[in-house]
Amino acid sequence: MEDALQLIISKYNYWIYITLMMIGLWGVIAKNNLVKKIVGMSIFQTAIILFFVSMGMKKGATIPILLHGHAAHSSPHAAEYINPLPHVLMLTAIVVAVSTLGVALALAVKVYRRYGTLEEDEILEQIRKS
Amino acid sequence: MKLLGLAIVAVTGAFLIWATGEFPDWGDPHSPASLHVSPRYIEKTLEETSVPNAVTSVLADYRGYDTMFETTVIFAAGVSCFILLRLFGKEEPDTVHYRHLLTGLTIRVRRKREGLEQLGEFERMDSVWTPHDLILRTLSRFLIPFIQLFALYVIAHGHHSPGGGFQGGVILGASLILMAISQDMKSALDRLGERTLAMLSAIGVSVYAGTGALCLVLGSNFLDYAALAEIFRVDPVEARSLGIFLVEVGVGIAVMATMILIYHNLASQGRLDEGL
Amino acid sequence: MIWQLDLLVLSLVVICGVGALMIKDLLGSAILFGAYSFMMCVLWAVMGAVDVAFTEAAVGAGVSTVFFVAAVFRTTRRTKD
Repeated sequence: MEDALQLIISKYNYWIYITLMMIGLWGVIAKNNLVKKIVGMSIFQTAIILFFVSMGMKKGATIPILLHGHAAHSSPHAAEYINPLPHVLMLTAIVVAVSTLGVALALAVKVYRRYGTLEEDEILEQIRKS
Repeated sequence: MKLLGLAIVAVTGAFLIWATGEFPDWGDPHSPASLHVSPRYIEKTLEETSVPNAVTSVLADYRGYDTMFETTVIFAAGVSCFILLRLFGKEEPDTVHYRHLLTGLTIRVRRKREGLEQLGEFERMDSVWTPHDLILRTLSRFLIPFIQLFALYVIAHGHHSPGGGFQGGVILGASLILMAISQDMKSALDRLGERTLAMLSAIGVSVYAGTGALCLVLGSNFLDYAALAEIFRVDPVEARSLGIFLVEVGVGIAVMATMILIYHNLASQGRLDEGL
Repeated sequence: MIWQLDLLVLSLVVICGVGALMIKDLLGSAILFGAYSFMMCVLWAVMGAVDVAFTEAAVGAGVSTVFFVAAVFRTTRRTKD
């Protein structure tokens, strides 16, 4: 019992991030409306970015902007600053996410223009009939 | 379908949660993610590039190749939105709405007459019926220059504070989207037309790639900004800082133009005449 | 940060995420997505990722929500799902 409690306390962050990812994934798979699918895709993307950023965290360290002043004369210790590498990768990921969102919404508008509806089952029925 | 989706998601989630048993503790300074290359970036960023913001120096100098392709991805997204949605066609709609400025009356005219706009008392309205909101229009006209000034500050101060090219470019794009929402889309398109936007997004990418090619022409590697020291007459550390600033400007221009282009194509369904 | 506040913001994030998927009005879904983006931005600012938080505040809670609202405006607003 102590062991399980210890496990929960040390790892509950990761479990909540995985829950968010699974919510987004369920939205993409199970929802019928196209815009809801796109919302689910965005939730999935931001949850993965959250997971990645949490990997670079160090206890008791400060943000990765180096201090000026007398601290600059000595070489900065890497243990005092949090890891900047996941931040850089996730900046690229956020911008790619918004580009994908723009193209996905353009596709949804185009589908609406052609079929008159955004629900997936109605679109499939119209395709089957024609 | 929903039950199947729930089952798939539950199985995947359970598998991932079982895998977290092997993860290092949260906030551990000796986790493998923080051990191999990132201490070198933190310790050497001030003496090699003289940029205190470690994220900017890693983004634009140590990993500049990735950022160049990311800018290309943004440009490609703008181009594909344009290809998907844009409808060229000169058809004028049958009925055109005008608003009398003094009394707030709106009239609907079949087949557009030229004389009405030249009277000076009428203005053209969107066919979606939005009320004339004085507070919103005036406040937006006051705010937009300050938003743009702040965006330029964010781009230029990316070396010492959180910020940089992307953030400033997005804020610049958001200022023109605010103009398109609060006034109508025609006035936003008068300020920055569609051709200018398309050219600006291409110019942004080519500024970035051009800086790299310039370093290649001057005899060093691609995107090795120390070669720019000969043109600017500074020492190589300052030249790397200047090179980072140049590529950030290129990224900012490309992001701004693409955001505005995607918004215009989405909000007017490709026709670029009326917006939200 | 205090772990109680951390847990509160995390649970708000989950609630906003589930709400954005379950609500039947697409405009409400777009607004809830904007709120979800803001809560994410707060989480990252607390974890020390200031650049990422800045970008998410500008992109996610700004431009992304506007894209959603523009697309919903040009298509339907109600959904039966």
